[in-house]
Amino acid sequence: MFDKTEVTLDELRHLVSSRALEGDTVLLNMGPQHPSTHGVLRLLLELDGEVVINVIPDIGFLHTGIEKNMEAKTYEKAAVMTDRLDYLNNLGNNLVYCLAIEKLVDLDVPERAQVLRVLMVELQRISSHLVWLGTHALDLAAMSVFLYTFREREKILDIIEMCSGQRMMATYFRPGGLWRDVPEEFEAAVRDFLKIFPPRIDEYEALLTKNPLFLERTKNIGVLSSEDALRWGITGPILRASNVAHDLRKAQPYSGYEQYEFDIPTHTDGDTYARYVVRMEEMRQSVRIVQQALDRLPGGPVRSNNRKYVPPPRSELGVSMEALIHHFKLWTEGFPVPKEGVYVAVESPRGELGLYLEGDGGPHPYRAYWRTPSFVNLQILPLLSKGHLVADLVALIGTIDIVLGDVDR
Amino acid sequence: MSEHVLETAKSIQGRFGVESREFRGDVSLVVPPDQIVQVCQTLRDEFGFNLLAGQTAVDYWPAQEPRFHVIYQLYSMPHSVRIGLRVPVNGNAPSLPTVETVFPNANWLEREIWDMFGIRFAGHSDMRRILMPYDWEGHPLRKDYPLGYEEVQYTFNYDEIDGRKHYAKE
Amino acid sequence: MGVEQKLGNMGAVTLRLEEAVNWARSNAMWPMLFGLACCAIEMMSTQASNYDLSRFGMELMRASPRQSDLMIVAGRVSRKMAPVLRRLYDQMPDPKWVIAMGDCASCGGVFNNYAIVQGVDEVVPVDVYIAGCPPRPEALIHGIMTLHGKVRGEKIKDWK
Repeated sequence: MFDKTEVTLDELRHLVSSRALEGDTVLLNMGPQHPSTHGVLRLLLELDGEVVINVIPDIGFLHTGIEKNMEAKTYEKAAVMTDRLDYLNNLGNNLVYCLAIEKLVDLDVPERAQVLRVLMVELQRISSHLVWLGTHALDLAAMSVFLYTFREREKILDIIEMCSGQRMMATYFRPGGLWRDVPEEFEAAVRDFLKIFPPRIDEYEALLTKNPLFLERTKNIGVLSSEDALRWGITGPILRASNVAHDLRKAQPYSGYEQYEFDIPTHTDGDTYARYVVRMEEMRQSVRIVQQALDRLPGGPVRSNNRKYVPPPRSELGVSMEALIHHFKLWTEGFPVPKEGVYVAVESPRGELGLYLEGDGGPHPYRAYWRTPSFVNLQILPLLSKGHLVADLVALIGTIDIVLGDVDR
Repeated sequence: MSEHVLETAKSIQGRFGVESREFRGDVSLVVPPDQIVQVCQTLRDEFGFNLLAGQTAVDYWPAQEPRFHVIYQLYSMPHSVRIGLRVPVNGNAPSLPTVETVFPNANWLEREIWDMFGIRFAGHSDMRRILMPYDWEGHPLRKDYPLGYEEVQYTFNYDEIDGRKHYAKE
Repeated sequence: MGVEQKLGNMGAVTLRLEEAVNWARSNAMWPMLFGLACCAIEMMSTQASNYDLSRFGMELMRASPRQSDLMIVAGRVSRKMAPVLRRLYDQMPDPKWVIAMGDCASCGGVFNNYAIVQGVDEVVPVDVYIAGCPPRPEALIHGIMTLHGKVRGEKIKDWK
């Protein structure tokens, strides 16, 4: 049952250069289990000595069938599967899902929930960039940065755990708002984090930004021009490092983003170093947004009152017959969604994360298509790595910042 | 809703004779299969829709004919608006011309549609399976493909499933 | 202390061979880097500074199966990945142990469909299962200590 079938050279004939067929260049398998591929990514390299002629990515080793599985569940149950797509940006995936449902059924979200959503998503963005920085530096042999970034990340995971009970797969955002209100220690914890974090970013920069070894390994590696980036549909920090100032939080604001002041960092070079600079600056801007969100946090409910879609609180069940009926209907059957399709997109730490959700008039999604940024961004790896060495390939995989759960779904 | 999208939709409707639908502020055009490449080219060159954000298919079996609708999501960066395209394709050896020449990132998106739905794209440079293993049979996201649900082992059927489940030894 | 005096301070201590070998095996187990999905991030967190795995002898994660003796299957195993998993398990030299970390490796987890192997024990024999989605670093450490306890209790006739 578990014998391995190989892909033969015949099937790849159209992708490798003619020198490979003569035996002039070496075909090397950088297999699915590899320390630097950030997950199960398989690369078939065509090498001339150390120089890369061509890279053929082979994905699908983490394919989970989430899209088909979501069609078999109700909306409330399928929300659990959304966290596990891009597993470094759990709340961002939840946010897309909730925005899509709210757009389909025209559900309102209270103000407090919107501000808290922005706050948590920006904290999640910082934690995702911290993992990126730790693993990218680890691949380039700067191991201490890995230990430092994970220390900061623990603080963010503590905050998320305080609100939702789970460190990573929180499923904290639900259609109509949040699952429950934040506890009293939340504000103090976030303020404490905001006080200690900006000096820590300075610490990481002191270790890497002017380090001659880091500069040697990242300057002029994987240069991507802005025309190529636009042709290949790249979004996110990679696009911004190629001098195109495009961010969905400014271009098509959602969840109240137009009320916050923040900048979009860009860089002109388009190489690995530029992407590093852009992501470090994005962390600082996220800190700004979190500060503003915390200062302006209003009171009020955190979930919509529309009982057709939002279950009533347990205290009401003993008192009101309607609440009991709504509760019963929602938990056994689910809420109906019209037979239309919408596409909603947000800015995840990797790029544009979009969901095309189509209802079927009943409680199950008919089609949930996730437009994931890592899947589209990984296509430029062959383009970026032509002419570079194998050691640079490691830096390039890190700089595109892929998450295999996103790529394979 | 943006003026630019409405103008674009009206102009494309006039030129190519396609119908347009609107829901909660999103405009989508229903395009016949043989005109999709020209419509994409026009949208990219004249109206500034320079990003193919997503491409996927939906299977309407057995309720509707044609069975598949291939959906394109285009985004315009200069104007910050979105537009959607829908192409009905029927279920008998479904095939569609590729838009890889207009948007190069349709390469992997179309490979995924071939893998999951079985819709071929004529003129594609590399039509192979991308997510499933190379020798997999069937196209998983079609509606007549089973989910593959395996019976869950609870306490009441523990021994029965234990007996027939294939455990690895050494 | 009494033993040394009895032996007249020769500098020799006697103990059973089983205990010595099992103690050595459990205190210096090197895990193989087999992080697949979300559980891999929790495994990385356990390796990092806050919950440190080096205090259990697992300072490094070896990338090569030939140099490791513990395989922590962290994450969901898809049908395309299962032959690769089996091949890597076969390449590890004896003695070797497997920990199935997380719900997806233990039983398929949230995903009961065509693409995910329902429990990695269909592919490799598992010694310890750790539940959680993803399991907390403390849970992973508890699982590793359970494995250490199991290794300490092995008998000579069970050695491979």
